[in-house]
Amino acid sequence: MHPILLIVFLPLLAAIVAGLVNKSAPSIFAKSITTGALFVSAALSWPIFLGFVGGTYEPTVVPVLKWVQSGTLTFDWALRVDTLTAVMLVVINTVSALVHLYSWGYMEEDPDQPRFFAYLSLFTFAMLMLVTADNLVQMFFGWEGVGLASYLLIGFWFKKPSANAAAIKAFVVNRVGDLGFMLGIFGTYLVFDTVSISEILAAAPGMSGASIGFLGYTVYTMDVLCILLFIGAMGKSAQLGLHTWLPDAMEGPTPVSALIHAATMVTAGVFMVVRLSPMFETAPIALGLVTFVGAATCIFAATVGTTQWDIKRVIAYSTCSQLGYMFFAAGVGAYGAAMFHLFTHAFFKALLFLGAGSVIHAMHHEQDMRYYGNLRKHIPLTFWAMMMGTLAITGVGVYHLGVGFAGFWSKDAIIEVAFARGTELGNFAFWMGVFAALLTSFYSWRLMFLTFWGKPRWIESEHIQHSVHKTPEEAGEDTTGGYHPHESPISMLVPLGVLSIGAVLAGQIFAPTFLDDAAFWGSSIFYNEPLIHAMHAVPYWVKYSALVVMLIGLLVAWLAYIKDTSIPGKTAEQLGPIYRFLYNKWYFDELYHYLFVVPAFWLGRQFWKLGDVGTIDRFGPNGVAWVVEKGAVGARKFQTGYLYSYALVMLLGLVAAITWVLF
Amino acid sequence: MEFPILSLMLAIPLAGAIACLFLGAQAARMTALLATLVNLALGILLWVNFEIGGPQWQFVERAEIFAVFSYALGIDGIALMLIMLSVFLMPICILASWDAITKRVGEYMSAFLLMEVLMIGVFAAQDLYLFYIFFEAGLIPMYLIIGVWGGDNRIYASYKFFLYTLLGSVLMLIAMMWMVNQAGTTDIPTLLNYDFDPSAQTWLWLAFFASFAVKMPMWPVHTWLPDAHVQAPTAGSVILAGVLLKLGGYGFIRFSLPMFPEASEQFAWLVYILSMVAVIYTSLVALVQNDMKKLIAYSSVAHMAIVTVGLFAFNVQGIEGAMMVMLGHGLVSGALFLCVGVIYDRLHTREIARYGGLSINMPKYALFFLLFTMASIGLPGTSNFIGEFLALAGIYKVSTLVTLVCTTGIILGAAYMLYLYRRVAFGEQKNADAAAMPDLNAREWAMLAPIAAAVLWMGVYPESFLAPMRQDIAALEARIARAAPDFDADNVIGTPREHNANYVAAAHGEEGAH
Repeated sequence: MHPILLIVFLPLLAAIVAGLVNKSAPSIFAKSITTGALFVSAALSWPIFLGFVGGTYEPTVVPVLKWVQSGTLTFDWALRVDTLTAVMLVVINTVSALVHLYSWGYMEEDPDQPRFFAYLSLFTFAMLMLVTADNLVQMFFGWEGVGLASYLLIGFWFKKPSANAAAIKAFVVNRVGDLGFMLGIFGTYLVFDTVSISEILAAAPGMSGASIGFLGYTVYTMDVLCILLFIGAMGKSAQLGLHTWLPDAMEGPTPVSALIHAATMVTAGVFMVVRLSPMFETAPIALGLVTFVGAATCIFAATVGTTQWDIKRVIAYSTCSQLGYMFFAAGVGAYGAAMFHLFTHAFFKALLFLGAGSVIHAMHHEQDMRYYGNLRKHIPLTFWAMMMGTLAITGVGVYHLGVGFAGFWSKDAIIEVAFARGTELGNFAFWMGVFAALLTSFYSWRLMFLTFWGKPRWIESEHIQHSVHKTPEEAGEDTTGGYHPHESPISMLVPLGVLSIGAVLAGQIFAPTFLDDAAFWGSSIFYNEPLIHAMHAVPYWVKYSALVVMLIGLLVAWLAYIKDTSIPGKTAEQLGPIYRFLYNKWYFDELYHYLFVVPAFWLGRQFWKLGDVGTIDRFGPNGVAWVVEKGAVGARKFQTGYLYSYALVMLLGLVAAITWVLF
Repeated sequence: MEFPILSLMLAIPLAGAIACLFLGAQAARMTALLATLVNLALGILLWVNFEIGGPQWQFVERAEIFAVFSYALGIDGIALMLIMLSVFLMPICILASWDAITKRVGEYMSAFLLMEVLMIGVFAAQDLYLFYIFFEAGLIPMYLIIGVWGGDNRIYASYKFFLYTLLGSVLMLIAMMWMVNQAGTTDIPTLLNYDFDPSAQTWLWLAFFASFAVKMPMWPVHTWLPDAHVQAPTAGSVILAGVLLKLGGYGFIRFSLPMFPEASEQFAWLVYILSMVAVIYTSLVALVQNDMKKLIAYSSVAHMAIVTVGLFAFNVQGIEGAMMVMLGHGLVSGALFLCVGVIYDRLHTREIARYGGLSINMPKYALFFLLFTMASIGLPGTSNFIGEFLALAGIYKVSTLVTLVCTTGIILGAAYMLYLYRRVAFGEQKNADAAAMPDLNAREWAMLAPIAAAVLWMGVYPESFLAPMRQDIAALEARIARAAPDFDADNVIGTPREHNANYVAAAHGEEGAH
């Protein structure tokens, strides 16, 4: 039996068992079985990945079961293992296994633990189906499966109205993207007469420059197909326009945010574009759109991230922004760099989320950074883990020394490759990327300084007040309120430690493989060798731009949040409208609410009351009934029972009959 | 096959129906359950013995009665699948009525068994008039089920149901008489290959359309459905949504398309427009409903619109997809009505706001409800996905615009179903009586679990269901191919034009890619 079968189906099996047994066994049962399955899957995934790194592993497709055969539209359940899949396998299974372990501590007091762990494993299964898909429909199966798991996990605390709203929003907004994905699959099937990914990719270059009808217009075939598919990717990866669900998704438990909304599911869109890279390469307009949307998202999310107070929301916007980097990397043709950033990002972003979870755990569920401060001394291990994550995400590293944290290797590569592309959109992406790197550094250090430095501001928090049974007045001078944050249990610290190692070393070790090794990628992605050479040859000011802006961001954050803490307030006041615009996330939620949600309900009521009841029923069945009733009243008048009226009718009839016969 | 299995499948429920009239309540229940289970067993036997790739019409029986009218039965793969759906849902309906129906139990069970006779008859009939009799007689038991055992406003609903459906049928009968006169036979397999004059087809098609559009139901003749569902007892809703709504689609597939291909092509635009309106209109109406049954009823209209566009796509994917939606929707909407029934039996209200937080006190129920909700949304891995995907892939070949509009149904469907689920199963337990409801009992398990298994089976391995129909749908496609509408999407596919080299070179030229 091929190990991929175990890797994919063990989590499913564990999810089913844990979900069905649920509370009829102690929760340790569900926890052990799901976590055990994930560690097995992770352990089996690494040899495959390292086999591809070493060049000893051959791509293969393992058939599982027939699925659908309808005319020429056929697709089966099958598991594809190639380099790209192998990268995703280690990312998914490693992070998932660590998140399972972390949840032992984080969810310890929750009464619904079996359900939680079952959902986590179910999610992992769906994600694995997505990345092992050999055809677009199975990819869509995984795509929707992770959507379901995400919906269930965001709404895990289903008593909270905000969690329910966020869950539905996530699902429905994703469905808007799915509309594009589905149309893309239909179009691809129409054009290539197959939904098998390898066959499509082989046939795509031959279709370059062809045109096709779409909604009455004649458009470039490959561009319209790729744009439709990319709309799907935009939904899942929370790109500008379809991003609104991601920050709200933070209503879910923090381990979920780390696994689904940072490391794995939200990168599915990037994965899709990279998986279909030979196809996208034949669609220059679509690639331009990918670059533009990626760059715009990267800067948009970073601006919003600088103003948020909720620690998880800052990281969520950061994720959104980093996904933008991955997309514009793909858009300019550096798919290896996009995957590399996906890989490193998975480690350091999961680390940041789990670190934030550890802070929240220590601070009695308080998530507002305004009520943190000085935690460095109280939870030092968490602090150091977060520090590694921050150094990684801000891209600390020096080119000439050849050393740096994970983000340095991947993010700088993306910025450089955008510059090296040389096109207008490439330049746009480059400048947006540099500016976003500045903001990334600022909001990341802002998060660190607010949380771990300064004076404790804990007593302002309602959660802390509940815990210590004091109001800020009663606490007086002691702004800690007498609260004692505790370092998290070992089950949470181990994943933090492992991910810290990833955040520090993942870039250093794997940069040559992901960026420069064409043989590593083989035929699993479109590998643009000249572009990579151009990337290495960019001027030094480009290579150092990211480091410089990182230092500027650090400096500004230090000035504003350590040196003189009155600066942020004053700046926000001076830049009132701009600050409010950013703080309110560019008013996307409000816009969509009035543009889509309100009209949908209004139209629904109009169609129902005025359409169905007021028109169709009124003039249809009820109208007919009315006519029949009135007609019956009229007909009754003829049957009066008076002899003379019957005689009259008879006479008239007789006259009519005679007239008919005679003439 | 020599053994008259189809007649036996008609005779058993008929005998049961007569027996139930004279039995006490409990005995009637047992008799009805036994009869439907025996029929289910016979159905499985039918499926197992159905020869895939064999002759088109199997299990044929024939007895001349008078003139051109004959008692002729026989099924192809399409009819087989719909008969399976009927016999599968029937025992579940009996179970759903076990405790809920307490008055006139014998008559109720009798009506249901009669319903089963007529439904199997419709799908098995090979004589045009025989078909008509089964098709129309189905109205009577359903009319009684709604009118006698329904809710408070049952009389209005039952009349509306009856008037709507009868009105369409009268036109169809006239058309049938003309056809028999013209072709000189009532034999459906013969008529399937009879070419009517295209100008006559127009009127014949419209006459049949009047009947099938109401049964489907298509917008704007759908307003009987929400009332009928709301007033019908749970099992009545299950049969109505599960099987009766499929009669319209079956009619299109058996009569309109193969008998009048030119007219079908001529009126395809009408079907597309009505279906597009239905998807948007009824989905939005479903969004604002406060009554659970009404919401699901409106969602049915939206789903059936996918069936009609799929059928009129004139290609294999469209028609196979339409069949799969019919089967999937039959299971899923039936199951959703059962889910409503389960909590209606406990609290006697269908008002969504009276529930909430049921995941806490009824976790097993919440799990089933979630599965069926997701299936209704068309999540891959469930039955409805296969159908919707194939049907929409089929229509994409004909019109991208129709596909775009109809595919918005997946967004709206997610919105109204998840909104429903949230209000029923999630949130705080704000109503004490709803919070005190017990979880599923064994009888309810026996109702929901088989449907859940079937829904997943159809989603993961639909080949079991597609295989028997494949040959018949291929034959249908071949029959209607001469009238198939032009593709609007393919004006140039397959032949790359002038290689658009400049553009590609501009984007990748500098680094010398390619």
